[in-house]
Amino acid sequence: MEFMSPFAIVLRVLIQFIPVSMAMAVLLTVSLLFKRRLGLYGFIIETGTGFAGVSILSFWLFTAIFAASVAPFDPLGQIVSMKDALPGAIEANSGLPYLLGGDKLARDVFSRMVFGSRIVLIIAPLATFLALSVGIMLGLPAGYFGKRIDAILSFLANLILAFPIILLFYLLVSPGILETPIPYALAGFFFVFPIVLLFTLFWSGYRAHPKQLALRLVLTLLAGGWLFATFVFDSDPFHILRVSPSTLNIFAAVALASGPGIFRIVRSLTLDIKTREYVQAAQTRGETPWFIMLWEILPNARGPLIVDACLRIGYTTILIGALGYFGLGMPPESPDWGTAIKESSRLMRAFVHPALPPALAMMSFVLGLNLLADALREQSLKD
Amino acid sequence: MLAFFLRRLGVMALTMLCLTFVVFYLVNLEPNLRKLAISQTEMHASDEHIESWLTRNGYRRPFLERYAAWIGVWPKKPNIDAETGKQVSRFTYCEEPSVVVYAGVIEGDFGCSTKFKTKVAEKLLPALRATGLLMFWVMATMVPVALFLGILSGMREGSKLDRALSVVSIVTTSTPEYVSGVVLTIIFGTWLGWLNGSAASATGDGITFYNFTLPVITPAIYGMGYIARMTRASMVEVMTAQYIRTARLKGLGFYAVVLKHALRNALIAPFTVIMLQFPWLLTGVVIVEVMFRYQGFGLALVDAAGNNDIDLMLSCSLVSVLLVLVTQLISDVGYAFLNPRIRVQ
Repeated sequence: MEFMSPFAIVLRVLIQFIPVSMAMAVLLTVSLLFKRRLGLYGFIIETGTGFAGVSILSFWLFTAIFAASVAPFDPLGQIVSMKDALPGAIEANSGLPYLLGGDKLARDVFSRMVFGSRIVLIIAPLATFLALSVGIMLGLPAGYFGKRIDAILSFLANLILAFPIILLFYLLVSPGILETPIPYALAGFFFVFPIVLLFTLFWSGYRAHPKQLALRLVLTLLAGGWLFATFVFDSDPFHILRVSPSTLNIFAAVALASGPGIFRIVRSLTLDIKTREYVQAAQTRGETPWFIMLWEILPNARGPLIVDACLRIGYTTILIGALGYFGLGMPPESPDWGTAIKESSRLMRAFVHPALPPALAMMSFVLGLNLLADALREQSLKD
Repeated sequence: MLAFFLRRLGVMALTMLCLTFVVFYLVNLEPNLRKLAISQTEMHASDEHIESWLTRNGYRRPFLERYAAWIGVWPKKPNIDAETGKQVSRFTYCEEPSVVVYAGVIEGDFGCSTKFKTKVAEKLLPALRATGLLMFWVMATMVPVALFLGILSGMREGSKLDRALSVVSIVTTSTPEYVSGVVLTIIFGTWLGWLNGSAASATGDGITFYNFTLPVITPAIYGMGYIARMTRASMVEVMTAQYIRTARLKGLGFYAVVLKHALRNALIAPFTVIMLQFPWLLTGVVIVEVMFRYQGFGLALVDAAGNNDIDLMLSCSLVSVLLVLVTQLISDVGYAFLNPRIRVQ
């Protein structure tokens, strides 16, 4: 077997990432040129941490988008002669190199890492936004009304928070549970929240303008209904997306695990904000409770919520990685980073090269999110 | 104060009851019972075989009755062999009472582990001791280093040292255990050969620097950044307080002010954070124990969950819920104790 020199490997990896680096260059140049007009984003990209965070995140975002042209091989394809190949080994038939070597099932580690970004970048933000809408929809009334609603919801949130996460995952994401209706019921319950949130938002805000209200409600219903059908019942009427039951299960488990944390933050923010004068003014005007919660309190709680959402996506990524590491939910051949780390960490005495790329990818992506969150926090402390 | 404790204890008991009920429900789902029956009989057992095994061992009794019996508020009936009419133990490795008795968690009977073929208490106690040892060493490395880093970067906000240390703590919080474990094992285990990438020998031969360092520093790194950042934030706040300026103006040296005046007040907030790290550390410990094959609580939990070992899983969840609730209580009470402005009520 022929091998490339280390220098050639580095060069070749850079060449493979050309579409990504070009897209990044365009994005960052445009951002820096027009930073004065970009509001919060413009301020953030000026700071060192913010720029680093945005760079790392855009790198993985574009890698996920251009994965098909960045990766030279099929992430699931096995070429038997390349089993445990060292980095830079050249595959005889195609003449292309396994840049970062092959794993124990003779798949290209580099291509798997590149395609793994797709799974992580789709599931982690979506699951976080799901948990965010649950947390907002339950945290606002708990903080605003207090009393019994608060007592019940807080008890439930603390109940879930007291649950050891790994045990929760083992109980909820085991293959056996897919035979029962529990994951579907759980996911159905969670996926209702974004729709209800938008509905209540428009209902309370546009009651005086029936035409605008109707338009928004219909749009919400269409988009929400499509997503609901696609995710919960895996029956996309347009056949664009396919969501397997095990992926749905991951959504449900991750939303359940991180929802209570968001609930607590929203609740405490609401408790703080509801004492302000503008809330009292709205109460005096006779606004409905939901208008006050969604149009007065929520916009004023956005700063800490955005920072938390950013950190939370990173945390969700870590949770999904942990799921992969324990072999739960993801199919065993899946190229996502957690599964890849699990697969390779068993053989670390013999071959180290399949373990490093997914581990560093996971770390850098979470680092990007944490840097961005740090820059956002600094910015929100300034004003 | 007493009312506060009693109310907290009541909430704790209710939480444990609810959680164990959920766990009991989930482990007794039909697919999970079948999994247990298959692993306990043989690989290719027929449906009738599985059904008869489940009936014979009492898994087909009413759900609530079994849950109440597990808690110990309902009598446990001895298992009677249908053919001979004599009492037989469900599992050969656990002695079971031959008369009708209350034998649940309240009475101190945690049941029988089907995976490890022993009593739950006999498996869980050594595992908890091992994990306690691991957690102690993790805390003993993580907390002092984190506090030191936090104080160092918080005492002069915005300095070069502060910025450098902030980046360090962001990097460590972005490195979950399964990433740092892999990277550290590659560097120190495979390449340098200084440390052992497995802690399996720690159970038999005792812990050594060689086999225990990696399992300790792996979760310590992940948790360190968070505590350091909290300490830094608290330190920054204290350093801008009036009494610090007064101390400086009356001519005290910078380090004297930091050590004598700032430090004590700056450590109140991190105390809560550190106490709340325990439950979170438990998750990390599970990953680390699986990764380094350390025979502790985490590995027992994962093995129990993988084989649907009902009694062991219930006891594991009980232990971890207890840990979460007790640390919460300590952190609340300790916070009030450290900060005289807050009263427990």
